[in-house]
Amino acid sequence: MSIVLEKINFIYSEETAYQIQALKDVNLTIEDGQFIGIIGHTGSGKSTLIQHFNGLMKATSGTIYFNGQNIYEEGYHLRDLRSKVGLVFQYPEHQLFETTILEDVAFGPKNQGLSKEEALQRATEALKSVGMPEELYNQSPFDLSGGQKRRVAIAGVLAMQPEVLILDEPTAGLDPAGRDEILDLVARMHRERGITVILVSHSMEDVAKYVQRIIVMNQGSVMYDGTPKDVFHHYKELETVGLAAPQVTYLMHELKERGLLVDTDATTVAEARASLMEALTGVHSARKDFHVC
Amino acid sequence: MLRDITLGQYYPADSVIHKLDPRVKLFATLIYIVSLFCFKGVAALAVATVFLFGVIKTSKVPFKFMVKGLKAIMILMIITALFNLFLTPGEPIFSFWVLKITKEGVSSAALMAIRLTYLILGTSIMTLTTTPNQLTDGLEKAMAPLAKIGIPVHAIAMMMSIALRFIPILVEETDKIMKAQMARGADFESGNLVKKVKSMIPLLVPLFVSAFRRADDLAMAMEARCYNGGSGRTKMKPLKYEKRDRGAYVLVSGYLVLILLCRTFLPWPM
Ligand SMILES: Nc1ncnc2c1ncn2[C@@H]1O[C@H](COP(=O)(O)OP(=O)(O)OP(=O)(O)O)[C@@H](O)[C@H]1O
Ligand SMILES: [Mg+2]
Repeated sequence: MSIVLEKINFIYSEETAYQIQALKDVNLTIEDGQFIGIIGHTGSGKSTLIQHFNGLMKATSGTIYFNGQNIYEEGYHLRDLRSKVGLVFQYPEHQLFETTILEDVAFGPKNQGLSKEEALQRATEALKSVGMPEELYNQSPFDLSGGQKRRVAIAGVLAMQPEVLILDEPTAGLDPAGRDEILDLVARMHRERGITVILVSHSMEDVAKYVQRIIVMNQGSVMYDGTPKDVFHHYKELETVGLAAPQVTYLMHELKERGLLVDTDATTVAEARASLMEALTGVHSARKDFHVC
Repeated sequence: MLRDITLGQYYPADSVIHKLDPRVKLFATLIYIVSLFCFKGVAALAVATVFLFGVIKTSKVPFKFMVKGLKAIMILMIITALFNLFLTPGEPIFSFWVLKITKEGVSSAALMAIRLTYLILGTSIMTLTTTPNQLTDGLEKAMAPLAKIGIPVHAIAMMMSIALRFIPILVEETDKIMKAQMARGADFESGNLVKKVKSMIPLLVPLFVSAFRRADDLAMAMEARCYNGGSGRTKMKPLKYEKRDRGAYVLVSGYLVLILLCRTFLPWPM
């Protein structure tokens, strides 16, 4: 089970004055069960890329294989692909339309051909997993707060029980608590159901904290592809394309320059703390005057 | 898909036509339309053709791009031509069952097709070389005298410019929502008519909600920046005639005179 992209190119408004090459020769393999982060500056082609994963956009050239099958082949069922590869768009709350929250979430499962009861059953489960209180189920989705709408929209895709879940900046415009809730939810889905998760994000902290693999996009091409440690190792190069490593990476590099033997590969606060404690207790005897506040 | 709509589209290029004052272009388009419907004879047709293709050439808009606009009205053109072909009374040259083609029919069908094609090409030159904002600016200025008799010229122009500005935004929004619903398994293509209409609900409801939200936001944002209608409002780039605009007026007037002369003295053969 995997998604393989081979030499994908995509051009918007081809053969007009507005022509933009949004993807350039992208080669990627998305293995089963991975938790992947996609980062890149604004306009680097992240949203364009992920819409290729479920066949919503057709590449100008190149091939995509889902579980070994070419999705551009004549007669390939793109609708089946879309129910296996769930995609949550940027600002997904703009897609809500039903009279009640429950009905809206059940839209996906119904399209998959499930009976009404099954669909509602799935919707209830999905709403529970995103933490929507049950008394809201029969309310209009238009009366919710922004964060709640976002969760309903995510539930709408979860209810289809996809094998691959792609989220395009799911935390844009949410407060820190809402952001953590959404990301924790996604991480839990990945852990418990073993689904593949692809997370598009601008926040290095989020990405470093949750994902196993980072794909860095720059002007339509894949610039780096590796573990967070490998990728943030290039923090200087990342800066040249308008990105940055997590704050702790900078802290660790600074500390090292000043003579503290810390691990500069630490990308999360927890790792940094562990490395710092180790370095401090080790160095303590030599430099008694060193304080970290 | 939806993006290929060329209606009201602007094609950026660096040409004299692009730089002309929008009022000149409005006037020229009007004159051109009038000339299309009053010309007679091959000579006039030649003049109109040379004028049209000269302007297209100067505008630096690729001809291919212009023809795209023609495809949309192909059906209308064919129907008009057929009606003209079969229903014009006159000297028959071919008849079959109740249908008969007359000499007059052939010439009027050909004339109609040419007129429609030129009409579309001529007006699309204007929209392709003028940004919607320039266009409404031009309209507002050209209609300014009407304000004296109580017509809210500024409000009309503002509404037009906002409406035009919203077309691409709504097209984009439609595209986005459509994709979002397709990601949830929605099917907009297959099924019978009832099913198709029903499948529009997940598209239309969010679209309307978002259109109202945008309108609301825009009104608020305009008020927050102290917009309070047209009176006393100045422009960042006031429209002013340049030398080339005067030249264009002369050229266009000359063109109309030439067409009228052809009509009077060389009305052969139509
Ligand atoms: N519908 C469209 N029509 C034309 N060009 C587009 C369209 N959508 C995106 N583009 C262009 O394609 C490029 C990639 O856009 P994309 O939306 O994939 O970027 P992104 O990485 O998702 O950016 P962001 O972080 O702002 O969401 C940009 O240069 C953008 O201007
Ligand atoms: Mg994006």
